[in-house]
Amino acid sequence: MYPDNYYYTKDHEWIRIEGNKATVGITDFAQKQMGDVVYVELPEIGTKLKFHQSFGVIESVKAVSDIYAPVSGEVMEVNEDLNDAPEILNEDPHKKGWVIKLNIEDKSELEELMSLSDYEKFLEGLED
Amino acid sequence: MNYISLSDKDKKEMLDKIGISTVDELFNSVPENIKLKRLLDVPAALSEPELVDKLKEISGKNKNAGLLSFLGAGAYQHYIPVVVDYLSSRGEFVSPYTPYQPEVSQGTLQVIFEFQTLICQLTGMDIANASLYDGASGAAEAVLMANRLTRKEKILVASTIHPQYRQVIQTYTRNLGLSIEEIDFVNSGKINTEQLSKKIDEETAAVVCQSPNFFGIIEDIQTISDIAHKKNALSVYVVTEPLSLGILEPPGKLGADIVTGEAQAFGMPLSFGGPYLGFMACSKKYLRQFPGRIAGQTKDVDGKQGYVLTLSTREQHIRRERATSNICTNQALCLLRATIFLETLGKCGLRDMATHNLYKADYARQKINEVKGIESRFSGTSFNEFVLSFNKPWVEIESSLREKLIIGGYNLQKDYPGLKNCALFCVTEMHKKEDIDKLAEILDEILRQ
Amino acid sequence: MMIREPLIFDISGTGKKAFSLPELDVPERKDLLKDIPSRKEIKDFPQVSEIEIVRHFTRLSKTNYCIDEGFYPLGSCTMKYNPKVNEKVAALDGFTSSHPYAALDVNQGNLEVLKTTEKLLQEITGMDAFTLQPSAGAQGELVGMMLIRACLKDRGDPRKIVLIPDSAHGTNPSSAHICGYQVQEVKSNESGTVDVDDLVKVLSEEVAAVMITNPNTLGVFENDIKKITDIVHAKGGFVYMDGANMNALLGICRPGDMGVDVIHLNLHKTFSTPHGGGGPGSGPVGVKKNLEPFLPVPLIEQNEGIYSFNYERPKSIGRVRAFYGNFLVVVKALAYILSLGPEGLKEVSEIAVLNANYIRKKLEGIYHLKYITPALHECVFSDKFQKEYGVQNLDIAKRLIDLDIHPPTMSFPLIVHGALMIEPTETESKRDLDLFINAMKQIAAEARENPEILKSAPKKSYVRRLDETSAARNPILRWQPAQE
Repeated sequence: MYPDNYYYTKDHEWIRIEGNKATVGITDFAQKQMGDVVYVELPEIGTKLKFHQSFGVIESVKAVSDIYAPVSGEVMEVNEDLNDAPEILNEDPHKKGWVIKLNIEDKSELEELMSLSDYEKFLEGLED
Repeated sequence: MNYISLSDKDKKEMLDKIGISTVDELFNSVPENIKLKRLLDVPAALSEPELVDKLKEISGKNKNAGLLSFLGAGAYQHYIPVVVDYLSSRGEFVSPYTPYQPEVSQGTLQVIFEFQTLICQLTGMDIANASLYDGASGAAEAVLMANRLTRKEKILVASTIHPQYRQVIQTYTRNLGLSIEEIDFVNSGKINTEQLSKKIDEETAAVVCQSPNFFGIIEDIQTISDIAHKKNALSVYVVTEPLSLGILEPPGKLGADIVTGEAQAFGMPLSFGGPYLGFMACSKKYLRQFPGRIAGQTKDVDGKQGYVLTLSTREQHIRRERATSNICTNQALCLLRATIFLETLGKCGLRDMATHNLYKADYARQKINEVKGIESRFSGTSFNEFVLSFNKPWVEIESSLREKLIIGGYNLQKDYPGLKNCALFCVTEMHKKEDIDKLAEILDEILRQ
Repeated sequence: MMIREPLIFDISGTGKKAFSLPELDVPERKDLLKDIPSRKEIKDFPQVSEIEIVRHFTRLSKTNYCIDEGFYPLGSCTMKYNPKVNEKVAALDGFTSSHPYAALDVNQGNLEVLKTTEKLLQEITGMDAFTLQPSAGAQGELVGMMLIRACLKDRGDPRKIVLIPDSAHGTNPSSAHICGYQVQEVKSNESGTVDVDDLVKVLSEEVAAVMITNPNTLGVFENDIKKITDIVHAKGGFVYMDGANMNALLGICRPGDMGVDVIHLNLHKTFSTPHGGGGPGSGPVGVKKNLEPFLPVPLIEQNEGIYSFNYERPKSIGRVRAFYGNFLVVVKALAYILSLGPEGLKEVSEIAVLNANYIRKKLEGIYHLKYITPALHECVFSDKFQKEYGVQNLDIAKRLIDLDIHPPTMSFPLIVHGALMIEPTETESKRDLDLFINAMKQIAAEARENPEILKSAPKKSYVRRLDETSAARNPILRWQPAQE
């Protein structure tokens, strides 16, 4: 169920690379943990993000979670649909539920990310 | 007296089950060098009759019985319908916890929802919260909210806001790098709108005013709102006497972005200053930065209408250091009293009570003005409070009034050094014409001496 | 209750009245407001009769669960019995009709209440001075942080950071933040207490204070407390204690003797004043001598039997509210302390801890205990065993409602996933404790054999599980008249 051409982070973000552009969202594991999403705080277009900087907040009924930048870059687009229908993040976290699109600043940072198989192993390790 | 419900047999059974012989063993985790080796040095326990006697003795040292008071200044004497005490003393309202389990707290939650609606109706705003501690901390929270919304750090605060409220704003904002500047007042008793226009700039987060203000004068709310909005600042209004909203056009219809204040007038006895009831209301676009608990309407799995605390992710128990406020407990039982009060008075009763206040205060001001040596200090229109200036030292007059069993107005000189020998008088529906005439007569006597 | 009580606005009708005033006895000057924007009416404000008011609120009250009805094991909330005599004395006319600005000689009784309570709380906590101004625990925390900040500034040593254990209640970090501090976490060790090694690691001369709760939110006594306070003091920092769990320590030990510099208490927890559905509470703050100059104004002083206010406090942080605090709440707490006396106070903690440990012993093995460290007045289980059947702490809670018991706390501590934080308090009888224990045992069995019962609970309450998601996604926060 997790796309194999995506990269993943320990904070459960996914990132899809297309040349110098990246699309970022949260994984199915994350949306399940959050429960029903009620609100997403999105950054402004043009915001310059550093690796692992928090750029947004996802709120469910009982919890709040930061979303962290998997790479450094400038925010080019945000998913406005999430304003009216935050539930998209629960329904389709890997495609329609994308959160931001970035221009990647430093491609070497991608080496810090996990591949699908690494992420799946990581998830297994979390069961406690 | 104690409130323990374990019999000797129960204690023994429980200790046995745990596998120990005395309760002392339960405290083995407390280091010996910290444990108290003596009993606390507090008075011996009182039985219920002794306790009642003791508290009656202490309350008897208060001398307010039989005194006719004209004090207001943020705490108002109003009639409290008997049903308010009667209903709010029910154990089902007094003893529950915060309604975090909504299925068993619909009573509390529906009352909160009704209160929020009543506050919206009174203030003319879109949304209201489930109360704050008091009017003063409400004013401080409104300032912090304006700062969060605009990300600007300059706040313009009217000097005609209750002095203690302004002190609280200072205390709350001091550690956050906000700069508070005061706006003076003019002879009408209102704030100096010219000075306001000069001081406001693009760095101003909000303009904060009180109406009716501390002097009892009704401010030009629309004018102030317009000045604020021209510079993209928020207009914040503080109301310490919300009974005035029974007849005055509410700030929500006059450009207010946030309205906050004190609802003690709605069913809380004077109680030496607390517990009271802060309220806050704002435009719906500011919802996410709005502090305090909020109740929302929803349905249950069977489709029945019900109420829950909602948008809790703004609050401290979830958002922790990024919460809109650290407020946890609110003033729910006071909120209940206010809701019963407002619904009992109802549309007509609240308006009637407000008009009684308006006319009685006006009658009093006119009558007392006839006394030689007393003058109305400000020319603006007031609701139920007015400032009088005296041609003799106020403290002497105050003391002579006391000899006649009257508590006069609030001494303004300590907070406003320029207002020498001025006092703030409050007249409500609790004052009969004879009380007012008596005050005027006695003041006349005192000033003739 | 079968009747569904509507909103008052849905019962309202023009012409109904529940209140009357005497005839106006002064002239009506209708032109008074001619230059002032005024309203013709308060649109849609309710109009009902007195009997409708009484029935409305009586019916609504019956949909609330309350202590007077049954067990309320909310961890860290100390839902003990609210003595009725305290309500009576707080309603004495001498107290309720006092204006806060009346002259000192009119209000001597009130000042005696405040000063006497301060002194009693000093003795109970081992602190040197108290302020009764804060209206709630959270406001008390804020005051505590402000005092520390003011003292450090006065010393010329402003610092930036406050350290808070990961087991702490959410008001702790938010109070520190509102005071302008950055918050950093200190880890808990396997016993659930503050990891002293981690503390030493993160402690520096930039740390203004460490906020601790003792016993902590697991009910465990921080037995390294003296070590912790010594370490923090050696680096010039302060120790703030969240006194929410004071119900375990009355007459047993005192925060002042542990090296705590500043503490807040919750009168509506430890000192029996009613929760009222969410307040009013009171959050007095106690300090050691070094922080006393910074206390909020006014101080209450006593000279030859006469009480007065002292506003001459140049180093004070100012005020956090108008007037003097939630006065009537203080009256109730004073009455409580006077009725218990020294033995009674100690017995409170002894029995609170006995009751909690009895529950813990009886439910051990049936529910998972993440931390097996001995605890005092509360115990924290988790839903780990029940999770195997797809049952969560939420489902356990909702099923308890069907068994006429209020659920325990579930939303913290964050270090226990699926927490069930149980604090019985000292006022519960063995019968009520056994009722709770048996209900929990029944639920554990149902989780194994019939989890659907739990997932569809509650069934018998006035409303069943509510849709909190749409309440947050599409908030309806007030009644509106129907559109025509």
